[in-house]
Amino acid sequence: MSQNKLFTVLVPIISVFLGLLAGAIIMLVSGFNPIEGYTALWNGAFGDSYTLGETIRRSTPYILTGLSIAFAFRTGLFNIGAEGQVIVGWLAAVWVGLAIDAPMYIHLPLAIIAAGIAGALWAFIPGILKAKLGVHEVIVTIMMNYIALFVTNDIIRNVLTDRQTTTEAIPASASLASDWLQSITLYSRVHYGILIALFAAVIMWFIIQRTTIGYELKSVGYNEHASRYAGMNVSKNIVLSMVIAGTFAGLAGAMEGLGTYGTISVMSGFPNMGFDGIAVALLGANTALGVVLAAFLFGALKEGAGEMPTGAGVPTELVDIIIALIIFFVASSYIIRWILLRFKKEGK
Amino acid sequence: MVEYVIEMLNIRKEFPGIVANDNITVQLKKGEIHALLGENGAGKSTLMNVLFGLYQPEQGEIRVKGKKVNITNPNIANELGIGMVHQHFMLVEPFTVTQNIVLGSEPTKKSGVIDIDRARKNIKEISDRYGLKVDPDAKISDISVGMQQRVEILKTLYRGAEVLIFDEPTAVLTPQEINELMDIMRSLVKEGKSIILITHKLKEIMEVCDSCTVIRKGKGIGTVDTFNTNVNELASLMVGREVNFNTVKTESHPKETVLKIENLVVKDSRKVDLVKGLNLEIHAGEIVGIAGVDGNGQSELIEAITGLTKSVSGKIELNNKNIMNKSPRKVTESGIGHIPQDRHRFGLVLDYSIGENMVLQTYYKKPYSKAKVLNYKEILNKAEKLIQEYDVRTPSVHTPARALSGGNQQKAIIGREVDRSPDLLIAAQPTRGLDVGAIEFIHKKLIEERDKGKAILLVSFELDEIINVSDRIAVMFDGKIVAEVKPEETNEQELGLLMAGSKVKAGESNVTE
Repeated sequence: MSQNKLFTVLVPIISVFLGLLAGAIIMLVSGFNPIEGYTALWNGAFGDSYTLGETIRRSTPYILTGLSIAFAFRTGLFNIGAEGQVIVGWLAAVWVGLAIDAPMYIHLPLAIIAAGIAGALWAFIPGILKAKLGVHEVIVTIMMNYIALFVTNDIIRNVLTDRQTTTEAIPASASLASDWLQSITLYSRVHYGILIALFAAVIMWFIIQRTTIGYELKSVGYNEHASRYAGMNVSKNIVLSMVIAGTFAGLAGAMEGLGTYGTISVMSGFPNMGFDGIAVALLGANTALGVVLAAFLFGALKEGAGEMPTGAGVPTELVDIIIALIIFFVASSYIIRWILLRFKKEGK
Repeated sequence: MVEYVIEMLNIRKEFPGIVANDNITVQLKKGEIHALLGENGAGKSTLMNVLFGLYQPEQGEIRVKGKKVNITNPNIANELGIGMVHQHFMLVEPFTVTQNIVLGSEPTKKSGVIDIDRARKNIKEISDRYGLKVDPDAKISDISVGMQQRVEILKTLYRGAEVLIFDEPTAVLTPQEINELMDIMRSLVKEGKSIILITHKLKEIMEVCDSCTVIRKGKGIGTVDTFNTNVNELASLMVGREVNFNTVKTESHPKETVLKIENLVVKDSRKVDLVKGLNLEIHAGEIVGIAGVDGNGQSELIEAITGLTKSVSGKIELNNKNIMNKSPRKVTESGIGHIPQDRHRFGLVLDYSIGENMVLQTYYKKPYSKAKVLNYKEILNKAEKLIQEYDVRTPSVHTPARALSGGNQQKAIIGREVDRSPDLLIAAQPTRGLDVGAIEFIHKKLIEERDKGKAILLVSFELDEIINVSDRIAVMFDGKIVAEVKPEETNEQELGLLMAGSKVKAGESNVTE
């Protein structure tokens, strides 16, 4: 048991290290100085309070999409649909932000809740199809992603605006933006959403580890037959798991709509927060704490990447390669486990 | 001086939290069949995996023909002439027998092409010498389980094995195939091979083995010659106490009706009737055994009672209340306990710890949870208690159920089901694959429950078990109860005929249709 726990911690750390190492080698081969490159990356992510603020801002939705995928995964489901759930959550948040006129203590919670419900609804459809008809959730969620993307674009163009590509900004009463947070971070776009994301992580941990709901969800994920035998409602649990996962992803949309941008724009492609969430969940070993840490790593890498072309002349694509390498090493964690076991044996 | 081909001296193997082998010595003489006897989870397989190079022992030494050897991987074991016939066959289904046997050491012609003809001739030769009767060109997927096992035996012989380890070889065989396997083993030793037979079946040991080393809870208990011993002595050596083969029980005193089934019809997923108008009554304080050949609707009957399958028509009443087509949870709460036939599929969530498995039907109730929040302290306390009471051998309550041996998994399920004190306890194949100690324990528990006034429905394919444990036997054939007999007034022969559908009455067993 303790050895397992140790590995759960060690493997992602070694993966990250190997990813960075491989990135350094690629930089060397391409004629860049890896030390300069990583210094620029570090400065771009944590160099001053502004970049730190932006790193946190960027990590916030990753936490939520990571939680979404991790939660579904812990209960035996693969939520590829976080992407679409983010988009509909984003749309719902901005829509409520624009449509309603109310004091902040009503308006803001309402907009956030709308985002959660939108994500939940978007996940409910694949959930119910899986539960009742046995349609695999991966296929349905992928299709739901496209529906979300194009329907949202159409609504932005034809309902929320008159053939514009971006909506008006939401009023302050629906905004997560914080003057105080901005002022201490040299006016970065960091917003109160980070608190919601961290709270969501606590909620996920609590549901999974401490409640009968989590007990049932995990049980159904591990063994449907035994769960039925034990009197659990398998269909209900599959739907519930997707709905909870969808809520997390929908909230990630609210972070963008109510926090970072305050608007929603027509998207030419997926914003990729849901897909990156898969990597975050994997790197975080599908645990709440792991997801939070992995999301910060992702946020930092993505944010710091902006500094690499200017600071060290390294193209941003290279940062994507490094991130991809890290994921590669996490996915091949079997090899790392094997090497660790080898070392342990020889150390005896 | 006796010549030993294999000597494992004072072997010790530890795993985190458990000593799997503690100072075990096994000495195999040339040309003998040597049994390795122990309960489920006693450490037999671990010991053989040490010999086969899959595990390294912490202490002790292994000698092959008197020479000390260091077996660090299975290839070395192969080179030393040690071959293993695994319980779960390692065969490639779409390949032929020959292809499977040469896999990994393919003979080649000078050009580098596989010389399958030479291999085939070679295999035919070995097969004939030991009377294996294997067709080298048959596809694995087309041949019976017994034949597949012979292919495994051939595989080891082809690689020049002098010592063959059989890991519970009879578990998957029919009685006929078991006899044939015994003959094969005898002809192998006649040709100078030596055999280690891992088993917990005492009859087999008495029939075919020369000597027997007993392991109990990881410790070597000793080695006996089979001509000096008997089944009872072996059983008590294995279990560590006297084992009673004849189930002891007093006469039953059936009281009020607990379960009443009338004209029950159940279809399977393909809409075929499998239970066809079945009638059955079970009273408090009696064990009703259902005898029948597999596939005559027993599983569907149980699934219908427990709510896992929808019934088409008829009546199922528990304590005079209708429970037909209620959800499994309602059925469970109305007072039914179910020891399922397939313990891995239904009985346990294998990835949950043994502690979490102990509250599989009660987790939502007080004191295990309150307002949907689990109380792990209460759950683990309960689990500890059940583990103690039902002698479930596990390193801790946190151990995943998957890591336990079959017998201990079954004891855990029985503990959980009996502890809820249901009015009707359904036990489907409760002792399949278990050793005598565990079987005795489980039978005792069932009878104890009966004596407490519970109703018990026992479904088993083992006629021994049905006759020994039941107070009343209902014979099931083609979806119906076709006869009811008293265990003391019947015998295996009569039951066998009834199960095959012939309409004989007790006392007229030689009359056929």
